[in-house]
Amino acid sequence: MIDKRVASLGEAVAGVRDGATILCAGFGAVGGPDELLDALLEQGAKDLVAVANNAGSGDRGLAALIANGRVRKVICSYPRSDRPHAFEAAYKAGKLELELVPQGTLSERMRCAAAGLGGFYSPVGVGTRLAEGKETREIDGRLYVLEKPLKGDVAFCKALRADRWGNLVYRKSARNFNPVMAMAADLTVVQVKEFAELGGLDPECIHTPGIFVDRIVQVGAKP
Amino acid sequence: MKPLSRRQIAWRAAQDIADGSYVNLGIGLPTLVADFIPGDREIVFHSENGVLGLGKAPAPGEADPDLINAGKGAASLLPGGSFFHHNDAFLMIRGGHVDLSLMGAFEVSERGDLANWTTDDPGFPPGVGGAMDLAAGAREVRVLLEHTTKDGQPRLRHSCHYPLTAPRCVKRIYTNLAVIDVTPEGLLVREMVEGVSLAALQEATEPPLTLANDWRPLNAPAV
Repeated sequence: MIDKRVASLGEAVAGVRDGATILCAGFGAVGGPDELLDALLEQGAKDLVAVANNAGSGDRGLAALIANGRVRKVICSYPRSDRPHAFEAAYKAGKLELELVPQGTLSERMRCAAAGLGGFYSPVGVGTRLAEGKETREIDGRLYVLEKPLKGDVAFCKALRADRWGNLVYRKSARNFNPVMAMAADLTVVQVKEFAELGGLDPECIHTPGIFVDRIVQVGAKP
Repeated sequence: MKPLSRRQIAWRAAQDIADGSYVNLGIGLPTLVADFIPGDREIVFHSENGVLGLGKAPAPGEADPDLINAGKGAASLLPGGSFFHHNDAFLMIRGGHVDLSLMGAFEVSERGDLANWTTDDPGFPPGVGGAMDLAAGAREVRVLLEHTTKDGQPRLRHSCHYPLTAPRCVKRIYTNLAVIDVTPEGLLVREMVEGVSLAALQEATEPPLTLANDWRPLNAPAV
């Protein structure tokens, strides 16, 4: 029997090792797995490389991990989201390495890892500082830069609804990076608002098939 | 001579958007363009976080926490709108499916090079977001900006002083003084605010300007 549900946030984040590359879904404060990342803070993993669109917002989730010195490096497109004080303090203190990646390149590098590809040639960044040191190549008269896959040890995601097989449905613009990150890590952990019975999700409308998901934990259910 | 206000620059840019276009609006000045689309045109706004058919900001109290725009502000969805994940949002941009990208800029060169992602201010950590994807990928890039900096330095340059977002991507420039096209022969003035002479406009612009034979006065309503 397949049952990917776990009973607690602690179980959901168990086994994340020091030095792990963690994919943190979300765009600004929307669609991010704050409760899972808070649990990771409690779990104690450190020296983390965090991949996220923004480098934390407010005082929870990725921002809390950064504020507590657990993150060595952030790979992101736009570190300063709303309320970026945790990132700014760590960055200015020289305690946080920053790798900037154009937003679409960031998501496509993860898709590449998920798809088992060795990289892709993109026109984005050609002729700019962010392509320095990378192979460029002319294809049919246009210049492209080689971008390599980006794989996570663990992905932390957030969905609206899941069944015990790990099929996921997201809500509105909270979908954002969740589907690609769920596909691009060795271990994918998802916090959801609601569980559905197996067969209770419309198979035509499942956004992430359960094959990509390893653990699901319910968060914020009404008692 | 009365330079256009920021809202008037946005109004002017809005008049050029063709009915049926798929358009991405950058953060800041370009966002204002949505307020001035002529009523007889149906325009679909694309948001990098996975939304097509973005509507106006919701009334206070009606914001949905899962629905935001690229600037992380509360948003709404028009009938016919859709949600999708980040890779598809950037596939639309990079693959030339988005007809028009309107962006802000620090500087534009006479060749249409765009600089709008970092000023290398050490006190202000850089972020690129989706700017490079849009500049390299959208079918057409137009920029909106003040003609000069606060201390009167030209923003239209022989070459950009700030790091490039993409080379040779800008086709049209809307400023508080003029509408200017980037052509293979250089910058071509299409419209000038009434009371501005070509000599005065040239004074505020680094590369040489040519006045189009069919140039027109640039008038905008009080908006």
